[in-house]
Amino acid sequence: MAKLDLKTADVPKTREDARPPDGSAPIPIHSRARFSGWFGYVVLVLFAIISLGPIWIAVKTALSDSGTLFTSASSLLPQHPTLFNFERVIGLVNPADPRLQQTSFGKVDFYLALKNSVAFTLLAVVPQIAFSAMAAYAFARLRFYGRRVIFFLFLAATMIPSVVLFIPNFILIKDLGWLNTYQGMAAPYALMTPFAVFFLRQMFLSTPRELEESALIDGACYFTIFFRIVLPVHRSALATLSMLAAMNAWNDFFWPFLVGRDRSVQVMAVAINSFRAQQAGGTPDWSGLMACTVLGIIPVAVLLIFFGRKVVESLQYTGFR
Amino acid sequence: MSVSAQPRAPASPPGSGMPVRRSSFFHVLRFRESYCAWIFIAPALLGFFTFYLMPAFRALYISLTDWNLLRVPKFIGPTNFSKLWNDPNFWNAMKVTVLYVLYNIPIQTVIGLLLAVLLARLSRSIILRSVILAPYLISNVIVAIIWFWMLDPLLGFGNAVLQWIGIGRIPFFSDQQLALPTIAVVNIWRHMGLTALLFYTGIQAIPKDVYEAARIEGAGPWRSFFGITLPLIRPTMVFVLVTSIIGSFQVFDTIAVTTLGGPNYATRTIVWYIYENGFETFRMGYASALSCALFLCLAIVTLVQMRILRSGQSDLG
Repeated sequence: MAKLDLKTADVPKTREDARPPDGSAPIPIHSRARFSGWFGYVVLVLFAIISLGPIWIAVKTALSDSGTLFTSASSLLPQHPTLFNFERVIGLVNPADPRLQQTSFGKVDFYLALKNSVAFTLLAVVPQIAFSAMAAYAFARLRFYGRRVIFFLFLAATMIPSVVLFIPNFILIKDLGWLNTYQGMAAPYALMTPFAVFFLRQMFLSTPRELEESALIDGACYFTIFFRIVLPVHRSALATLSMLAAMNAWNDFFWPFLVGRDRSVQVMAVAINSFRAQQAGGTPDWSGLMACTVLGIIPVAVLLIFFGRKVVESLQYTGFR
Repeated sequence: MSVSAQPRAPASPPGSGMPVRRSSFFHVLRFRESYCAWIFIAPALLGFFTFYLMPAFRALYISLTDWNLLRVPKFIGPTNFSKLWNDPNFWNAMKVTVLYVLYNIPIQTVIGLLLAVLLARLSRSIILRSVILAPYLISNVIVAIIWFWMLDPLLGFGNAVLQWIGIGRIPFFSDQQLALPTIAVVNIWRHMGLTALLFYTGIQAIPKDVYEAARIEGAGPWRSFFGITLPLIRPTMVFVLVTSIIGSFQVFDTIAVTTLGGPNYATRTIVWYIYENGFETFRMGYASALSCALFLCLAIVTLVQMRILRSGQSDLG
């Protein structure tokens, strides 16, 4: 393991690099260094396999005939590959189909969960970005009484663990009669999140204000400047933030689990969890569950395949939850 | 600065020939800097008051009451806190949570550093970075379910392999000793790519000539890692440690999907205990008191870390 931590500068990239300045014979590149480079690649590939392995097992199970789960437990490829599991969780299989009767399959309405997830994500993210951008612009550019105090309060709010706020927020949503509604699930995120405000404020502050000032001189009001200059100039930051916020909302579990338990509004994470809890015949309906999880992973896979660089670069702004 | 002050004169923007009409109410609203600012922050401020500021104080108030959501809350003063202090379940939950953080953080940080160093040295490949980041993009629930399936004692791939090797099947999630470390492993799997990415970004910011100089001075790989990389990525290290420790203290999703706090309370972490009190037995007052205690713990832990790691300073430049 001692050889893994060689730094970039430590190993000459070419023989020319390794040539001493006095023009004498090149220093032989140590076999130790070459070995460590080779070993490093092995470690990287190993971690890539560790990352993708469990996902592949899920795909394999989803493609397997549920009757073969025991016999094929240790195989890496599905035995008797079939799309039947996907078809039945999506609801493409006729309820009278004899294959549905013979085993203890759980019941899940994947389409409904998908629709709920999309609705929750849109409702939580679109207004959040819009209102946070407006607030961020005010904090970054406009002077008003109380700006520092309010901004400090926003900052302090990020210190509060979310579970502390979940209890009073749950009661508030309940008192509003919004339990098991989209607006109840989305409300705490819809008007602002401190992270969105900080992120955009930082982005706005990092660009020069000349353009905005010349627009002011030309008589444009602040609203014109915001919509015509600030938003277009920061398209890319807004896209990054939208992606992060959408991913957070899409993967959110605790809050939708508290206020959106009814089947009609369950988002995908909550629906998959209650599908698991159905415990049909003692053990969960694994092949159906894995079909659901694979369908749930597809949006992520699409995002990574088409916008890999953008995703990787924007995730450095995120935290841990 | 002087420029932005110009439209404050409500009467006449430059070149305007009609100063009297333009000083209307709406004109002031559109051009007066501070009025505009309030319009801009109004929706966010409303959201902040309703879902952050007010609930924070309300949580504190609820923690001083006895309330099951059905009756009117009864003010009982700090009784919940003294009850909490004498509650063995609370201390057990704290112990479980701290253990979980201790399993989780060192391994996650070391793996993240290792991957980041290797990535920085060997590969710029965006594909490789995407692959190790992929688990982080999958929701906690799906990750937990996949691992629950992989480690299923009867049918899971992991246990089938263990059987094949000759170790035999291990009930990872239902063994009292193994359940918590297993949940930590699931979490490490999901977060190692993110940790690596954050460290990688930190390492990229270190100027290459620092390493060059160290090499000319004859520093070996270990010297340059401990002498250059580690000190110079300290701001990243602080960020990663503070955020990942805060996140680990609040672990919930994985437990809600797999062990539900069991077996025999071996995975009943503090947030799960809060959930049980607040949303299963509806003891809102006690749950709030517990959550306030969690807040206090996290604040102390964060302050101590900031102090130890001297987060404000950078060794660079």
